[in-house]
Amino acid sequence: MNYIKCKVIVGGRASGRLLATKQPINFLSSVDHSTGMITDKNHDLCGRSLKNHVLVFPYSVGSSVGAYSIFALKSNSVSPSAIICTLKADITTASGCAIANIPLLELCRDRDIPEFENYDEGIIDGISGILQIKKV
Amino acid sequence: MHLTREEEDALDEKHGQSISIAYKILLSIGKATNAERLIPVDWVHLSGVNYNTIGESGVNFLTKYSQEASFVVPTTINPMGYDSHKKTRLSNNFKRQQGEIVKAYEKMGSIPSFSCIPYEIFQLPDREHNVSFAETNAAVMANSVFGLHTNKESSLSALASAVTGKAPYSDLRINSIRDPKIKIKVETELNTELDYGVLGYFSGKSVKESCVSFGDHTSNIDMYKTKSLAAALGTSGACGMFSNRVINGESISFGKEEAKSVMDELNTTESGDVIALGSPQLGMYELKLLSDMIGDKKFSKKCMIFCPRSIYEKASNSGIAQRLENAEANLICDACTCLSPLLTHEEYDGVITNSVKAAHYLNKSNGVSVCLNDLRSIIREHTK
Repeated sequence: MNYIKCKVIVGGRASGRLLATKQPINFLSSVDHSTGMITDKNHDLCGRSLKNHVLVFPYSVGSSVGAYSIFALKSNSVSPSAIICTLKADITTASGCAIANIPLLELCRDRDIPEFENYDEGIIDGISGILQIKKV
Repeated sequence: MHLTREEEDALDEKHGQSISIAYKILLSIGKATNAERLIPVDWVHLSGVNYNTIGESGVNFLTKYSQEASFVVPTTINPMGYDSHKKTRLSNNFKRQQGEIVKAYEKMGSIPSFSCIPYEIFQLPDREHNVSFAETNAAVMANSVFGLHTNKESSLSALASAVTGKAPYSDLRINSIRDPKIKIKVETELNTELDYGVLGYFSGKSVKESCVSFGDHTSNIDMYKTKSLAAALGTSGACGMFSNRVINGESISFGKEEAKSVMDELNTTESGDVIALGSPQLGMYELKLLSDMIGDKKFSKKCMIFCPRSIYEKASNSGIAQRLENAEANLICDACTCLSPLLTHEEYDGVITNSVKAAHYLNKSNGVSVCLNDLRSIIREHTK
């Protein structure tokens, strides 16, 4: 079990299996909004589903419409249960999560980034900003 | 982020739910970008107009949101899915949903620009004024070419700015962050607008900072190359500004190999059955350039050219539009190549374009293969 203090961008409590990548995501062009699958062949999560996962990624890139894409994922019940930005919580992710009520945390920049790939499950307390990660 | 008493009240739904939602968005992006306060903005440009991009949930959101909300600053909007003045084979459902989106934006008081190049068709505020531009090419162009101050806004953050007239004071709104800290060292020749698009796409992927320097390489380039660079930079990354300031800091090399890796990713077919030009939409400079290049020849393949309606009208007055139509090009207004429902893999095996931004979305969102080539080569190979 590992406890990590994060900055709360959008509050709320959630949990789920971790889905971690070091690659940024373009939510408009790389994700199927009806299934939650990552479809971009150039992305290392290609073929994986965001649904009910705690998505751990650096930041979003590309289209400004990505905010609506996050909202569409939530409306279609295939969104991540929570999102952690490891480098910077960007405007697209933050505004999409704010509208979709998806808890969003940002890793504090003065801390080492844990090897999320070695952990299975994440529990987020988006009130106190504590991310709990554990192996199942 | 500090909110004034009045802003706190608005957040607490004292001025209605729509305003409260807008402040909730501003608060989240303010926290994300470490803003201390909100500042006024003088112009907003919105993305999230094309039904193909925001889908049914977006339509439902906007329809409900527009019941109460209205824009308090001049607000232009991005292209929609098709040209409503022309016949289209799009489904009635698409047209109906697109109509609902247009109605919602109209109700909130938008200027019906349907353009991703507001900087070419409107008199925008003076340099150093704060604006909120979603639509990545417009944000990058506003910062880099027109000296306006905007972050790379999202559809929803810009919507919140349109409703409140405010944006968090952070990132590219702060002068010190507008000074590039990283540069791209260009080690290959840049000749065509496609070369600049490839450079932009590579740079967006490589740079984590908000502003990047290309040094002298962007000092004296024409509008086509500048737009191509800005659009590609915004598509692949998070960077919202480029500068021609020469700096000594950290540098990343861009040579033949780096250019090839971009082409390998986006150039996915040897040829195509339709030519699509305009992502970003073409302005007068590009339409004239194109018409001069074509001369008396005609396109040997179907050709779609996307431009704003006001540019089309200007081009009609000067005879340029007729020359292009005589060459059998189809000039489409109010829409754009990228994410156009007019370009699907059901209808086309491959799309020929010079736009790196279009290539990204056609490949990854529309599922259509793309043949990327520069404009001069496209005209040489596909007109007779």
